[in-house]
Amino acid sequence: MDASEINQKVRQVIAEHAQLPADLPPLEDQTNLYEVGMASRASVNMMLALESVFEIEFPDSMLNRAVFESIAAISEAVEELLG
Amino acid sequence: MSMSHAEKQEAFRQGLLEHRILIQTQVPGIFGHAAPFDAVIRKLEARIDREVAGEAERVYFPPVLAREVVRSTGYMENFPTLCGSVHSFTGDGALHSALVERVKQGGDWGEFLEQSQVVLVPSACYPLYPTLEGELPPGGKLFDLVGHVFRHEPSDDPTRMQAFRQRENVRLGSADEVAAWCEGWLQRSIRVLSALELPVRLDLATDPFFGRGGRMMKATQRAQELKHEVTVALFSEERPLAITSINNHQDHFGHVFGIHGADGGYAHSACIGFGLERIALALFHTHGFELEGWPAGVRDALEL
Repeated sequence: MDASEINQKVRQVIAEHAQLPADLPPLEDQTNLYEVGMASRASVNMMLALESVFEIEFPDSMLNRAVFESIAAISEAVEELLG
Repeated sequence: MSMSHAEKQEAFRQGLLEHRILIQTQVPGIFGHAAPFDAVIRKLEARIDREVAGEAERVYFPPVLAREVVRSTGYMENFPTLCGSVHSFTGDGALHSALVERVKQGGDWGEFLEQSQVVLVPSACYPLYPTLEGELPPGGKLFDLVGHVFRHEPSDDPTRMQAFRQRENVRLGSADEVAAWCEGWLQRSIRVLSALELPVRLDLATDPFFGRGGRMMKATQRAQELKHEVTVALFSEERPLAITSINNHQDHFGHVFGIHGADGGYAHSACIGFGLERIALALFHTHGFELEGWPAGVRDALEL
């Protein structure tokens, strides 16, 4: 899976699970998702959806806020786990 | 030879029972309170009354809560093992016979019961939030309450009761108002509890969120410094006992229950919860099983 495909899938998971306000401008890769309204519980559901979509498992060391704070950060983590 | 954490804990439990401070029941983690323990809890409540007098609106809720609140707050996602759900018999005569037979045999009769509309209150402030739907007055609100809570975690540790009381103050308002209130209580709680000559410490803490999702919830809570605990190292430095917690919920409850600030945004909320039994236990552990022997400063602070 190439980087742009990962980025697209990450965006789709965010759209379905991050429960962001409807009136947001389009997300930049670096947009901080927590700052634009992603609640902790929504970030957990997003994490579980990412595991299912990419067939990966985030190790405990990655289960923190920084890994899930932006499309860029999430994509980087997913790329790392996909090897 | 020095005792382990578990040995010290068991010795403390034995001491509490032998000095008739707590009364053992048939269930681990459920204790009766004998006179000295009851007296200390009353005095603690009175001490907190004096501390918060006139600041807050006093409210009371019974120890059961609409089960809908468990659904809407995500309690089962976060704390499924702690929840106490209330079920009752609603069947006919034939089913009643089967129920009675099962009960007589000492078996699990859960299958004959229907879920009721209520669960046991898991935190004293939970019943409050659903009643606050709508807009807060300018400056927000402050409530004072005490309630029985239940957490299903059977244990022989007398400091981990399944049913206990929390004295809470709950602040609702803007993000800044609530954060400032929490900040104030970090200092104030230490002052109140160290006046009881307890060797207290303030620690950053997390709630016992369940499972893998819970690991992330904990990491988020910790990174944002949303929960603090006042702790006392009773049996070991590594596993101190939390006797009071200060929790900033941000807009979690505001969002779930449609509570708005005067500015129209979702209200933020926070609570300070004094664990009355745990503070009393820390006092007995620190100052001894005989109230008469407690230091004069502690007796004065509690008006014992």
